Amino acid sequence: MLAAIGVASIDELFEEIPEALRLGRPLELPDGKPETEVYDRLSALASRNSHAEAETSFLGAGMYDHYVPALVDAITSRSEFLTPYTPYQPEISQGGLQVMFEFQTAMSELTGLPVSNAALYEGPSAVASAAYLAIGATGRRKLLASRGVHPHSRESLVAYGVGYGSELIEVPLTSSTAATNTAAGQTDASALAEAIDDETAAVFLQQPNFLGAVEDIELLASAAKERGALVVVACDPIALSILKPPGECGADIAVGEGQPLGNRLDYGGPSFGFFCASQEHIRRMPGRIAGETTDVDGRRGFVLTLQTREQHIRREKATHNICTAQALNALAGMVHLAWLGKRGFVELGELLVRRSAYARERLAALDGVELLHEAPVMREFAVALDAPVTDVLDRCAAEGIGAGYPLAREYPEYENGLLVAITERRSRQDIDRLADVLAGAVADLRGARVAEGVA
Amino acid sequence: MMERAPTTVDGGTPMQRDSATTIYERSVEDRRAATLPEAGVPERPLDEVIPKRLLRQRPAELPEVSEPEIVRHYNRISRRNFDLDTGFYPLGSCTMKHNPRLNERVAALPGHARLHPAQEPKRAQGALEVMWLLQQSLAEICGLPHVSLQPSAGSHGELAGLLLTRAYHADRGETRTKVLTPDTAHGTNPATVTMAGFEVVKLETNERGGIELDDLRAKADDETACLMLTNPNTLGLFDENISEIAKIVHDAGGTLYYDGANLNAIMGRSRPGDMGFDIVHVNLHKSFSQPHGGGGPGAGPIAVSDRIEPYLPRPQVVRREGRNGGEPQFDLDFERPKSIGRLRGFQGNFGVFVRSYAYILSLGGDGLQEASETAVLNANYLLARLGEGRAGRYTPVAFDRRCMHEFVLSGAPAKKELGVQTLDIAKRLLDYGMHPPTVYFPLLVDEALMVEPTETETRETLDAFADAIEAILAEAEEDPEIAKGAPYTTPVRRLDEAAAARKPVVREMRGRA
Amino acid sequence: MAEETYPDELRYHPEHDWARIEGDQATFGITWYAQDALGEVVFYEPPEIGKEVKKDEAYAEVESVKAVSDVYAPLSGEVTEVNSAVAENPEKINEDPYGDGWMVKVKLSDPSEADQLMDAAAYKKLLEESD
Repeated sequence: MLAAIGVASIDELFEEIPEALRLGRPLELPDGKPETEVYDRLSALASRNSHAEAETSFLGAGMYDHYVPALVDAITSRSEFLTPYTPYQPEISQGGLQVMFEFQTAMSELTGLPVSNAALYEGPSAVASAAYLAIGATGRRKLLASRGVHPHSRESLVAYGVGYGSELIEVPLTSSTAATNTAAGQTDASALAEAIDDETAAVFLQQPNFLGAVEDIELLASAAKERGALVVVACDPIALSILKPPGECGADIAVGEGQPLGNRLDYGGPSFGFFCASQEHIRRMPGRIAGETTDVDGRRGFVLTLQTREQHIRREKATHNICTAQALNALAGMVHLAWLGKRGFVELGELLVRRSAYARERLAALDGVELLHEAPVMREFAVALDAPVTDVLDRCAAEGIGAGYPLAREYPEYENGLLVAITERRSRQDIDRLADVLAGAVADLRGARVAEGVA
Repeated sequence: MMERAPTTVDGGTPMQRDSATTIYERSVEDRRAATLPEAGVPERPLDEVIPKRLLRQRPAELPEVSEPEIVRHYNRISRRNFDLDTGFYPLGSCTMKHNPRLNERVAALPGHARLHPAQEPKRAQGALEVMWLLQQSLAEICGLPHVSLQPSAGSHGELAGLLLTRAYHADRGETRTKVLTPDTAHGTNPATVTMAGFEVVKLETNERGGIELDDLRAKADDETACLMLTNPNTLGLFDENISEIAKIVHDAGGTLYYDGANLNAIMGRSRPGDMGFDIVHVNLHKSFSQPHGGGGPGAGPIAVSDRIEPYLPRPQVVRREGRNGGEPQFDLDFERPKSIGRLRGFQGNFGVFVRSYAYILSLGGDGLQEASETAVLNANYLLARLGEGRAGRYTPVAFDRRCMHEFVLSGAPAKKELGVQTLDIAKRLLDYGMHPPTVYFPLLVDEALMVEPTETETRETLDAFADAIEAILAEAEEDPEIAKGAPYTTPVRRLDEAAAARKPVVREMRGRA
Repeated sequence: MAEETYPDELRYHPEHDWARIEGDQATFGITWYAQDALGEVVFYEPPEIGKEVKKDEAYAEVESVKAVSDVYAPLSGEVTEVNSAVAENPEKINEDPYGDGWMVKVKLSDPSEADQLMDAAAYKKLLEESD
């Protein structure tokens, strides 16, 4: 081969790199290892994690330990889905393009909005992408977000907002003493109405909100619409099995974290974000969109469409900079939804509502445990413990229970708050065990707090 | 000479006759796949728990199919895809190297796969150590000490890089509004510039395919926030003036950003940090073997210099020395007062980190260097083969220089003399069972074909590709209509993209089944 | 598709736009060369009526499947009419670039600007030279 090129050595191929920039030494990395050793190394690392097969986990906060059926893995591990690139040559990418089309249909059905893209990276950055659309569409720079929106989403809005030149204003949750027509735990509707003005590009809400409360989106949206602000709802896709879809509540855009559909926890990624919108925003949508068409012989087929929105054509005026997204994860989500099916999806939602209601009652009845709010919930709820949360979590972990997500860091006003999530993998027995272990831990540590003189 | 591909299939291929049926059209009322567990808790009407007005009136119209039907449906449509495991995929700047299945096996270990991202760091030490080890490896490969794994893809890394630049300048009390990019830049670069609130300033390319230095000197000033570059560039050419370029930009007070899409050319041979770059993003789905998945997932970690480190996203994975001589502890550090904040939820695409780290362990430092050397060898060999015969005449190389891991040809002579465009050559390649190179990019080259073979292809495969191009051009000499009507043997033939753009149909309509 | 023509009664702008001038009114569109380079037009969003357009500045965009192109005003003035039929069916721009494919009608603010435009012969020469 060197002869064909006309050089005598590999080094000659790198001659154009100036001497001063040649590394001139081997990389300071261990030498390559055989497959068996690599496996052992990664296996040893895996064994040092408390994962959901080692403990009974009630952790949620945006990602949930749902059961991913085996057929999802079988399908996503197929070479034909796993190894191709983005479908720039549609004639040999009909598989991937059809999956996108089916996925877009499913997300449109879930959210009640007519247009969906073929997925973004994940939830919080999808929220930030919605802000980009809203700013472009309205020409305004103010963003309003409920404190019920996931902290990671609000933080992303701030970080991206530095580039957008936008300002984020937070709308509080209703406190128990507020005079407003929303309940404690839900977004304060009066505060929202007061905060919106003619400079507001978009209002961000979450359904259910971070504390698990089901929001009255229609009520909250109406104030926004009067002022010409867009309404963006970040939603849990599983919740859309039984809750009124954002599209029917006045939302212009619905986004969210897709992980609960077909994707493993994977310590936070990869998953996918979904992005749906009303028809008028289609040309401002970020990300890939698959469209239906026909070929020269009249066969039905699919192509990436409206590509003039995207970075590879529109460049500095693109609706977003995204190129590689999360196509395989969206496929997993689609297969999972097909497996659940129209009726199974609803059944799952109903099951979660019932088990969450049961769990909430059992925990609220414990000494030293109070509900943080009594707004309706469907799969996650918040409690306050009369004991230091971190220590309680340690005790529970020692008994094989991951009791939940501590709220203190992101919600200092709930310094002893704990978010408890329910999936179909958490049986009644698991919930009963949680109640027992939690009761024991709180009882022990409650005394310790008093002894330390903390009132 | 390679045997000619068909130009017609009597009655259509079996796949052509199998029309595209969606999963919705296969639905039959009340069919289902899932059986869910019993609730096991007291029954309760839904609207007792949640007010009726907040509930759906009717269910989402999801498919109603049995499990065997689902498997069959997705298996069938998967075969309508061409994929890397099946054939040659020389897409320029995409680095379609083989995806080792070991990586899938380790990523699926429950310790990694079923770990919740909010698990207490002390109970996720294995995961944090994987991330830390990957960070260290990337730091060594890039020659920049501080790494954040948070960005989810190259574009996400680019955005992080420009927001870091903005924070750096703001912290010094400076407002800079412009970002320089060469006219050969990948589209994500200018798109990111706008998202980060800067203005794009284009730089000219010289006859050697590198940055035109005089143009850079004229445009680099106190308005310049950053220069975004990749080296080798999208023409596959190493810009030997890179040290001078770095000096010009740094003297003007700007930062230098490296788009890591072409890292596969230089691992172990040269490092962007040593070239003077301040911020580098790495595409784990390119050089580090993460499968492309038909369009993701990937990851775009960034490596930065000391002066940029304070602004890195929050949280950072850190390693703390063990107390009392104990094991070192890994942690998530949220105490970062100058951080740009977070650009996504939790810690990033961890599943991708596991795969990439397994790849790095498998190859080692020596293997990574060999990978780059072989990538460059393969590209130069293929370039030499395509310099001969009809390819040399009709699709000559755009810049006559040693290339690195990829090269760009121009189909302009083919268009002029034979009447076939690069698009037609690409479509005809499909009939020869190969994925075409990247077409019509970079914009600088007329009728461009960007070819990147990667190191995991054999010489025989490269020869077959050169033979196929030769055959297609020979066909075109005889009859240009062959390529213009291609492809003939793919599951669908050329599609009406104009109709799809004019009246977009982006979902199955209800009631179609 | 249309045959390649450059009608004599029109005036031409180097960015491949034409103007049909009638007193202090003019109609604008893009030339055969422009629509041919673009390919099948899939999208055109007309400007608002009443908008001020300036000679040599873009007043709209046209999109094909794979490209976006600015549409430049050959002369300055105020938009009095837009061709919504073309917004609905942008392929008219390809089929009849000088007739049904017209884009806007403008009341000219400075009719003398027309002296700076090319006639058909000069425009054809420009096309030959750039090839």
